[in-house]
Amino acid sequence: MREVVIALVPGILVYALVVHWGVLVQCLLAVLFALAAEAVMLRVRGLPVKLFLFDYSVIITALLYALCISPLTPWWINLCGILFAVMLVKHAYGGLGGNLFNPAMAGFVFVLLSFPADMNVWPAVYSLHSGSPGLLDTLALIFSGRDSIADIDAISAATPLTHMQSQLGGMNMIGEFTTDPRYGLVAGTGLEWVAITFLAAGLWLVFRKIIAWQMPATVIATLFLVSLVFYGFDAGVYASPLFHVFTVSTLLGAFFIVTDPVSSATTATGRLIFAAGVGLMTWVIRSWGAYPDGFAFAVLFMNALVPLLDHFTRPRVLGEAVDN
Amino acid sequence: MASEAKKVLLDPLFDNNPIALQVLGVCSALAVTTKLSTALIMCAALTAVTACSNASISMIRHHIPTNIRIIVQMTIIASLVIVVDQILQAYAYRMSKELSVFVGLIITNCIVLGRAEAYAMKNPAGLSFLDGIGNGLGYSLILIVVGTVRELIGSGSLLGYEILPLAANGGWYVPNGMMLLPPSAFFIIGLFIWALRTWKTAQVEKAEYQIHQVHRSGGM
Repeated sequence: MREVVIALVPGILVYALVVHWGVLVQCLLAVLFALAAEAVMLRVRGLPVKLFLFDYSVIITALLYALCISPLTPWWINLCGILFAVMLVKHAYGGLGGNLFNPAMAGFVFVLLSFPADMNVWPAVYSLHSGSPGLLDTLALIFSGRDSIADIDAISAATPLTHMQSQLGGMNMIGEFTTDPRYGLVAGTGLEWVAITFLAAGLWLVFRKIIAWQMPATVIATLFLVSLVFYGFDAGVYASPLFHVFTVSTLLGAFFIVTDPVSSATTATGRLIFAAGVGLMTWVIRSWGAYPDGFAFAVLFMNALVPLLDHFTRPRVLGEAVDN
Repeated sequence: MASEAKKVLLDPLFDNNPIALQVLGVCSALAVTTKLSTALIMCAALTAVTACSNASISMIRHHIPTNIRIIVQMTIIASLVIVVDQILQAYAYRMSKELSVFVGLIITNCIVLGRAEAYAMKNPAGLSFLDGIGNGLGYSLILIVVGTVRELIGSGSLLGYEILPLAANGGWYVPNGMMLLPPSAFFIIGLFIWALRTWKTAQVEKAEYQIHQVHRSGGM
């Protein structure tokens, strides 16, 4: 687990350098909150605190969660999501190994549904916007809230996915507005570099045999194929496959979230179906859903199907009767 | 007899709660608890229907042919629900609009039919009436808890009065939008059941599964 944390670090640093340094504050807060919540829950459940607190599982949850939320999220929203993730999603279901849903994704979706207005404040990427929130504005946003900023629109900007959704909602064709500098080369100026860093880190984990290559590859391939079919069908309404694949959430999710050994399926076939389902649902929610990104929802949806997948893909044990 | 009356009246509150232990009538607990006021009206409506239907069915229980008893029970329940609906439309029109179909759906509420079938068909009218009141109160307890939490956290108010000053009005509280969505009631009911079963350990169910051991040494 420690190597997974190490693999996340380059991505976080690139994120901080290219997009906004607020992500470092979010990571720090999330890890502190998560360790505190974990310690409390371990104590309540009568488990050895020292033994389990630093097994890195809760730190991974906290870091993945902090990467999902905006770098400008107020501290108390960060806290709400972590408490939900660690106390309810993880420990109420039996702690590490027993949780049905991915805690980081459940915590993120919880705050996304709970505080939609505050969750939608994203910073403008450094290289694009002179109005990227400075030190004081960022700290005010995180520690005091949206109302302490005079003009929130001057320092925030829609992410490519959000921008695309609102433009498509306004009946514009994709070719007309993707000339906007925020789209960068394929999937967002700055953001695509973060995505590539996570891809590289993920490949390193595969190379080190910490995660298997099948699941990330299936997620990416499914998402690529589905978006390719619809892109070929109508490139004015459906985003290009490269845009979908090189969005940060896809590559971060494919290598670091879908591969969570606890909440994904346990059988080999089940895992492939799980990963393909995540890729498909991500595309469906991004293209037709109410939310700009669907990765977290897709993961939770497939988490709910895991018992079913495991039931129908259980391999036959040697010597077991064929019709059981 | 007095102890029996007390038992049927108070048992459904915590010891045999229709929602928390029998897990009946959950749909309406999700649907009408966005605000405490609608939850309260729903509680009154359901308690009235359950009590009256229990009493009526109990009175004619010896005359109901067994194989059509559900139809007879449903007819009585449906008539009572129509009466309640008409009363709401006459005296609390706005509330009736807010509750919309959910008053009519009391007919399909499992608690009402469940009590008729499980209690009223076997017990005298007076006790059946009290049993209806008791189960209505058990249902109300959950709805009031869920309604209070959802309105307080989701809108910062109770019965329409602002308790937590909202950030939109210059206060500090940012309402939690998810509490206004039906799934949040699942969380609250789940947490309530958790708390209740921690208190009343007799309600904890035996685990239905055990970790499957395939490779057991020495064979099966």
